[in-house]
Amino acid sequence: MLRLNGLSKTYADGTEALREIGLQVGKGEILALVGGSGCGKTTLLRLIAGLDSATSGAITVNGETIKGPHPSIGIVFQEPRLLPWLTVAGNVGFGLADLSPQERQARVLHALEKVGLAGYDQRWPRELSGGQQQRVAIARAFVTAPKVLLLDEPFSALDAFTRASLHDHLLLLWAETKPTVVMVTHDVEEAITLADRVVVMRPRPGRMMETISVTLDRPRDRLALGFDKAKRRILHALDRSLQPEKTTPTQKGADNASHWW
Amino acid sequence: MTDTTSHSDPTHSADPRDLRSLRVKGSAPSRSFALAGVLLPLLLAVVWEAAIRSGLAGGRLMPPPSTIGATLWELAKNGELQLHCLATLGRVLAGFALGALFGTMIGAAAGALVVVRRLIDPTLQALRAVPSIAWVPLFILWMGIFETSKVALIAVGVFFPVYLGVAGAIEGIDRKLIEVGQVFRLNRWAMIRRVMLPAVLPAWIISLRSGLGLGFMFVVAAEFMGASEGLGFLLVDGQQMGKPAQILAAIITFAVLGKLADGVLVMISKPLLLWQDTARGAL
Repeated sequence: MLRLNGLSKTYADGTEALREIGLQVGKGEILALVGGSGCGKTTLLRLIAGLDSATSGAITVNGETIKGPHPSIGIVFQEPRLLPWLTVAGNVGFGLADLSPQERQARVLHALEKVGLAGYDQRWPRELSGGQQQRVAIARAFVTAPKVLLLDEPFSALDAFTRASLHDHLLLLWAETKPTVVMVTHDVEEAITLADRVVVMRPRPGRMMETISVTLDRPRDRLALGFDKAKRRILHALDRSLQPEKTTPTQKGADNASHWW
Repeated sequence: MTDTTSHSDPTHSADPRDLRSLRVKGSAPSRSFALAGVLLPLLLAVVWEAAIRSGLAGGRLMPPPSTIGATLWELAKNGELQLHCLATLGRVLAGFALGALFGTMIGAAAGALVVVRRLIDPTLQALRAVPSIAWVPLFILWMGIFETSKVALIAVGVFFPVYLGVAGAIEGIDRKLIEVGQVFRLNRWAMIRRVMLPAVLPAWIISLRSGLGLGFMFVVAAEFMGASEGLGFLLVDGQQMGKPAQILAAIITFAVLGKLADGVLVMISKPLLLWQDTARGAL
């Protein structure tokens, strides 16, 4: 499905943001990227979205190489990024300009209902709360039925209650078309609630350090035994990712581990 | 499904119309203050009239409102006022159209293309520093003393605020919104039409408004340089003939015309800017 091969990114000023990322995400899989700041999580998503280009390596979706923004890849940014001059319906249908007005309307209303904003279609973005705006942004990304959906810490600016309800909305929409999801998050519990696999990254330069599978049944209960176990494993890996590297062999080991996928 | 989600979600307000009703309530007091703006000029007029009637002031150089009103009425009755107004408005409109057109086009080019900006912006900034009156002799030499030179002078006045406003607005478009367009693979033209134009619209309209204001300033300079009609001519004529009431009548007409023209511009642009998240009625 989505395959990253030896992906590296070095910025013009010499900063090495990502080194040799190799990753394969299956159809309908939800993958979470966690790691300290500066480990290139957002850069990685921007590369997959086609908003930046990699220094070396390749990204393919179903065998097709990604060189720029692609119709089968959608993204939800950290901020809602709604166009303030369009109504909620206009924003959700922004990527559906090619459809007939009736079909666009039907799809937009359906997506709005799924994110719990039925009846809000004619409102302006400024009239919505932060959580509502982010739900519109999620609907906007889902409505074009992308095969790969990228989420860049979309819930980080929201309070815990709103976040939990948005997780439900997200999973509802995901269950409809089962796209491949790659999400970046700071929140370990969020990663375990949503993801099938959690990749812990190591900063400067961004590399993959450890991958942890989460095999719990959905919907996931935060109080379940397995949840806590997964959380401890990830936190432990995060701790190690932030410690200074001692010897080169460790680094090699991490690189090898990443190639394993 | 809708039920359960709305219950579990604290950001979901029960009635989508909640906010709307709040906003209507908010605008109510501003309406009752709409007439407050008339109070100050009215008070000044009454005080001045009373001062002259009671003999406290002479009123030869500063005629009372009643005399100014009579002069206005006189000018309106024999059709002179309409003639002068139309002449002035025609010049402002022609100059405004030209200045706004070129200001928008060149401003857009300078805002969008770094090469164009580097090439022309320094020159234009230098020309902007030239006082309007300084152009008058040159324009008369070039284009004669009739309409062409007047319209050109007004166009120059309108050009600069529009140029600056548009160039600045295009340069300042949020990269994050452009990226949204990129993600949905808008082509160049669609990007301009669907993201960039709406994004610069508020700044463009503000620049047009300040351009129009400057147009009214420059029309007086233009009409000072020799005109047989127009409100500027009324001013010069009033000075030369020693008729202060006529000068004040022309000034008041300028104020009214300028305010009306701005009001028309605001009215036309209002439906385009409904989406703006601003303190309404502040301008």
